[in-house]
Amino acid sequence: MKRIKSAKELAEFTRKIRAEKKKERKRIIVSIRATCCYLKGSKEVASVLEDEVKKRKLENKVTLLMTGCLGFCQVEPVMVIQPGDIFYPSITPEAVPEILDATVIKGEILDHRLYLDPERKKRIVHWDEIPFYKRQLRLVLGNNGEIDPTRIEDYIAVGGYKALARTLTQMSPEKVIAEIKKSGLRGRGGAGFPTGVKWEVTRREKSDVKYVICNADEGDPGAYMDRSILESNPHSVIEGMIIGAYAIGAKEGWIYVRNEYPLAIEHLTLAIAAAEKFGFLGKNILDSGFDFSIKISKGAGAFVCGEETALIASIEGKRGIPRQRPPFPSTSGLWGKPTNINNVETWANVPIIIAKGADEFRKIGTKTSTGTKIFSLVGKVRNTGLVEVPMGITLEEVVFDIGGGTPNGKKVKAVQTGGPSGGCIPRRLFSLPVDYESLSQAGSIMGSGGMIVMDEDTCMVDVAKYFTNFLQDESCGKCSTCREGTQRMYSILNDITEGRGKEEDLSLLEELGDVVKDASMCGLGQTASNPLLTTLRYFKNEYLAHIKEKRCPAGVCKALIRFEIVAEKCTGCTLCRKNCPAEAITGEPKKIHSIIEEKCIKCGICYDVCKFDAVEKKSGV
Amino acid sequence: MATRAKRKRPLKVKVLSEEEKIEDFVKASAKKHGYLLISVLEDIQERYNYLPETALREVAKVLSMPLRDVYGVATFYRAFRLQPRGRHEICVCLGTACHVRGGQRVLEKLERDLNIKAGETTKDKNFTLETVNCLGACALGPIVVIDGRYYGNVTPTKVSNFLKEYQGEKRGVKDEKN
Amino acid sequence: MPKVKIDGILFEAPKNWTILETARFLGLEIPTLCYYEGLTPWGGCRICVVEVASGGRKRLVSACTYPVEEGLLVSTSTPRVIKARKMALELLISECPTSRELQDMAAKIGLARVRFSPKWERCFYCGRCVRICEEQMMAKAIGFVNRGNKIKITTPFDKTSEECRRCGGCLYICPACTLRCEGAQPETVLCGRCDNELQPSCLEVYDNYACWMGLKGECGTCVEEKSKTKAKR
Repeated sequence: MKRIKSAKELAEFTRKIRAEKKKERKRIIVSIRATCCYLKGSKEVASVLEDEVKKRKLENKVTLLMTGCLGFCQVEPVMVIQPGDIFYPSITPEAVPEILDATVIKGEILDHRLYLDPERKKRIVHWDEIPFYKRQLRLVLGNNGEIDPTRIEDYIAVGGYKALARTLTQMSPEKVIAEIKKSGLRGRGGAGFPTGVKWEVTRREKSDVKYVICNADEGDPGAYMDRSILESNPHSVIEGMIIGAYAIGAKEGWIYVRNEYPLAIEHLTLAIAAAEKFGFLGKNILDSGFDFSIKISKGAGAFVCGEETALIASIEGKRGIPRQRPPFPSTSGLWGKPTNINNVETWANVPIIIAKGADEFRKIGTKTSTGTKIFSLVGKVRNTGLVEVPMGITLEEVVFDIGGGTPNGKKVKAVQTGGPSGGCIPRRLFSLPVDYESLSQAGSIMGSGGMIVMDEDTCMVDVAKYFTNFLQDESCGKCSTCREGTQRMYSILNDITEGRGKEEDLSLLEELGDVVKDASMCGLGQTASNPLLTTLRYFKNEYLAHIKEKRCPAGVCKALIRFEIVAEKCTGCTLCRKNCPAEAITGEPKKIHSIIEEKCIKCGICYDVCKFDAVEKKSGV
Repeated sequence: MATRAKRKRPLKVKVLSEEEKIEDFVKASAKKHGYLLISVLEDIQERYNYLPETALREVAKVLSMPLRDVYGVATFYRAFRLQPRGRHEICVCLGTACHVRGGQRVLEKLERDLNIKAGETTKDKNFTLETVNCLGACALGPIVVIDGRYYGNVTPTKVSNFLKEYQGEKRGVKDEKN
Repeated sequence: MPKVKIDGILFEAPKNWTILETARFLGLEIPTLCYYEGLTPWGGCRICVVEVASGGRKRLVSACTYPVEEGLLVSTSTPRVIKARKMALELLISECPTSRELQDMAAKIGLARVRFSPKWERCFYCGRCVRICEEQMMAKAIGFVNRGNKIKITTPFDKTSEECRRCGGCLYICPACTLRCEGAQPETVLCGRCDNELQPSCLEVYDNYACWMGLKGECGTCVEEKSKTKAKR
């Protein structure tokens, strides 16, 4: 492929690619190239698909487009047949020949393979009518269905690098910054700092060496939006970084990716190489005189390296210990030079803003939180996946209209946002709009976008304990309040879940939580007590039940529950006794079984395997 | 006149000692990664499956860094291990979504079945059990990864089934499915 | 030179000074633990926290690492600061009760109860030893290892160090190595407390409860805590 040397050449090339694509009569779009999809066997689907297409001699009549993640993880991998935009979810290798014969060749729709809306019990043909997708506004993720992440041509065909061309040929760096400021874009990594302001501050610093960094250390458990963007549309991030570097005056960029994302690293490496080949990276980009190159730095398993100063230390080959700000990275960052760090999603929004214009972008979302936000909707929810919604949508709409509520009829109890730095928002507050201010007023934070739905079977004390345990391991260990504070919070929470809690513990926890929040140096410590404090605020009754009644209302805390076999329901099938690892169940075949409490280790396997619901969880006296 | 065949002399093959092999490996890796410490450590870990002490001492020499700094970095990051691992590595995801769906119970079942705790290796050096704080495949939790092969929607009862596949097998992905 | 206001005193400080240096120059006392003159500040013990107001936002920062900037407002002894200091010390002292420096500081700032069970560790990770080894002795023989709840300070591989020159600097500077006296009482978290109880800082300097800041006991330092609850966890 020839290097593209000017904006004009780019426009020509785009026209050429689009004309070629228009010639494609039939297309089979299948979501293959993403980690979750691989997990579900998408590689096999891909190879079967290629074989079956060959068998039917369709290679010249049909185009295969292997995309990345299409967001509806619950039913991936999916296949979309064009013309017609027929959406077939949950593709297995067995489904492939059937779909090829019926829909691709004959043009018939296979009703039994369509998406079945569980509420209205209707079959749906087109993806945008599916409740999961209907309420979304897929700005950043929207092109995923048109792009094979390993082909830069696909990205160019949907208008990729056009924003870059416009920037380099028609806009000065100051104008770019003004546009980003006007758009109201706020950092999507969690803190929500106005991106344009950050760029401006870094631009003002006088230095011939400056850096831009993409923070792809998505460490929040339960959040995988950034992984999806990097795997499925890496060029959107690269384009954003080039525009940002131009605005700030940086010639070198780094993408810091956590090493737990090998596929994202692979696709990024391919994308960077392709961008260099085409001339979007390197010297004299699009004949503008602007040079820029990007390198990848891998993380090595440290949540704290999502914090910007720790991230910088990590790239420099040091222990990821955060340091005092001021001085901020915009003044003294990577190797002491002015550095601008932004999250993956933030960078991905930049080309969209430049292409659409700040005024159009502002129309989406709320006045103070413009644009869209991608959330990973997971946990006890029916439609798990990545949802992109305009800011200001309510939690109610996200969890129920898009998410479909809980999968098995249980009551939704809370939603956890912001990962270990965030908090749990109870059901009664679901009319809250999703924006930076509302979430932080409720005691949580927007965070990077993890949204974990919890139901009546989730113990909130256990959730607080889980996050605090996570944090005591991930703390860098510098600050006494964070290092010791998280350990002590964990220890007290653990005692409460094991029935050793005392009433004075709650006031001690609150005091400790306040000081950890107040006196720690970095973002990790300053938000370390959020899970504890929000659960204390909204679910105090659960804490009191654990302490006063030694009862776990959700039936989770092992020391406070016991398993019992309900005599009326037991059929004596012996399944539980055979599976019990502690030999704690007695009973003859066809006779009622019973559990020996002293031997029971509360693993819950009997509860899982019993087909007659004869095992019950009880707690308290 | 036919050309005379050259008399073949035995090649002088230099047999590298273990130390020299490590030395060469570290030097090559350092050059490849522009002397960035963490990337070099990742290379060593991939090659030897852990970070041997000799390798770390070599890194300190090659990168002209105090050994204390190399060791400090090697122990700070969870991805690096300083003890040799078992033949198969079982990694249980303990991210929030997996936790809420019962990931802890899967871990406990594995700990019981293998008779070790997370972070330890079985006596026969067959399995090492590890936990990780989120692999980003949350829609399919609880997740267990064995030798790079992902298993989704794992429940305690399914555990023994796939453990059987790895008993006594060589390290690496069992078949080319993934 | 940036103009700052510390505890009501307006001062023009040299550009590269920290809040701690400025306060000490003005004669204001801010307690410290991990700070040691001549070594780069670490900012880990959180004892020297002070309240700063800048850009409309009030927050606590460690005085030893925070640089002075134009228009900075600093308060060294607000109730919020005292609460944080006491809790930080409570956490540290339960980690390492044998340290004399910690016990002296507890007496000084009026910490009378420790509600966490003692760990009886021999170190509370102030990092002074690491810094003196690196900066004064240029040896870099010891350093921080691991992180979070597994953190420790040791030589690489816990083996005898070739870089260590047995200078004894780490021993000299360690605040945990000076052991508290055991006194008449059996093992408790807070030391026996000499009979001539160490006075809190305000009384020490200002005689009666005539607090010059007008707080009159509101900062909490000169008001002794009544309850001496036994250590909990």
